[in-house]
Amino acid sequence: MERIHFTIEEATPVEPAVLESQGLPDRSQLPGRIAALLDDARDLFVRVAEPRALTADLSAAQFADVYGGEGLNSPESPLESIFPKAEGLALFAATLGEPLSARIGALFAENDPALGYMLDAVASAAADHLADQSGRRFLERLVREQKVDRTARVLPYSPGYCGWHISGQRRLFEFLQPERIGIALNSSCLMQPLKSVSGVLVAGGAPIHKFRPRYSFCADCRTHECLQRMASVVRE
Amino acid sequence: MDILKQIAESLERGEDDPVRELTSQAVADGIAPGTILNDGLIRGMGIVGERFRLREIFLPEVLLAARAMTGGMEVLKLLLVRDKLPLGTKVVIGSVRGDLHDIGKNLVGIMLKGAGFEVIDLGTDVQPERFVDTAVAENAPLIGMSALLTTTMPAMKEVVDLVEARQLRSKVKTIIGGAAVSAEFAGQIGADAYAFDAAKAVERVKQLVG
Repeated sequence: MERIHFTIEEATPVEPAVLESQGLPDRSQLPGRIAALLDDARDLFVRVAEPRALTADLSAAQFADVYGGEGLNSPESPLESIFPKAEGLALFAATLGEPLSARIGALFAENDPALGYMLDAVASAAADHLADQSGRRFLERLVREQKVDRTARVLPYSPGYCGWHISGQRRLFEFLQPERIGIALNSSCLMQPLKSVSGVLVAGGAPIHKFRPRYSFCADCRTHECLQRMASVVRE
Repeated sequence: MDILKQIAESLERGEDDPVRELTSQAVADGIAPGTILNDGLIRGMGIVGERFRLREIFLPEVLLAARAMTGGMEVLKLLLVRDKLPLGTKVVIGSVRGDLHDIGKNLVGIMLKGAGFEVIDLGTDVQPERFVDTAVAENAPLIGMSALLTTTMPAMKEVVDLVEARQLRSKVKTIIGGAAVSAEFAGQIGADAYAFDAAKAVERVKQLVG
């Protein structure tokens, strides 16, 4: 079990990630008042965010039990084919802390929805970034311990996506106990603070992360982020 | 220039203080509050909404305009109440039981206000009975529900069933939205409409009760 306290620099997402996720162009084409909002939101993020994470290594057999969850996963999913080939697995949970979520809500309540929305966008990108940063640390440790070589790649996979049912959070929480870093799970399997992320870090050669997105749930997917994720491990 | 046009244009640019000042000026000039609301503020937000629909501007710019509109509304609200003028058709919105996400729901509320609706925002984790009780108490003809999680979607059906059970279907329409749901799901549970995003929500609400 490893508890990680990220620096604010490590937790802050790069600007293109924030802009892309909102369908906004890069700064050179951004209207001045939106650029100013983005700067304000990033300043606020730096002041309010409390980034931290928890990871715990586990075997493929242990993860199979966690993944099985409450038996509600899709009949077929990419992760069930990927994790048995992994050279390292770790559950993770990361959060940006309650004060950030509270601040976003307060901005809407105080009639500043534009800044509230932009801070939410920064925070959402930062939560994804924390998952990636947790993966980066996991990989560095595995390399240091000579469990994988430097060509290995780590990707995070989370309940609620790509056939892993959201109810899988319960088993994940039983194993990892993210309450220790201030993340709670409600009866709907929703994490609090809201700007939190959890899942499994899968380490292995880049090819193990590749799959054809032709599962039953792919037709309903709005983002097709899997394509970008797969491209990222090949590109690195 | 016509002061109402100035209000609308200032609102389009998201200028907080000028919108408030121009609205106060229009009141001082003796223009009826209802006229200032409809031909100044709502007209301005209508243009903003249309430009957003046409992808000429970005969502944060809509939100800056919405903030400016709220400033103008603060000037008008007491006058509208004093003159017993309706603040707009009431709509009840909230994130359903178990769901604490509220950004999408907040955006819908802001866009509806901009379109002239009076929004009663029940917040997050709203019990089914509260949606229906509030719609009845406030005489609101529409309930809007948001869900981001598949685990909270069933609560939407509970609300629709409750509207049915209380024989309110002819008086109270239901609309759903959020990442977890779809038009197909809306049909399955008997909701009157589904909206993919906040701009569509305004369109659909106008069709249902506008």
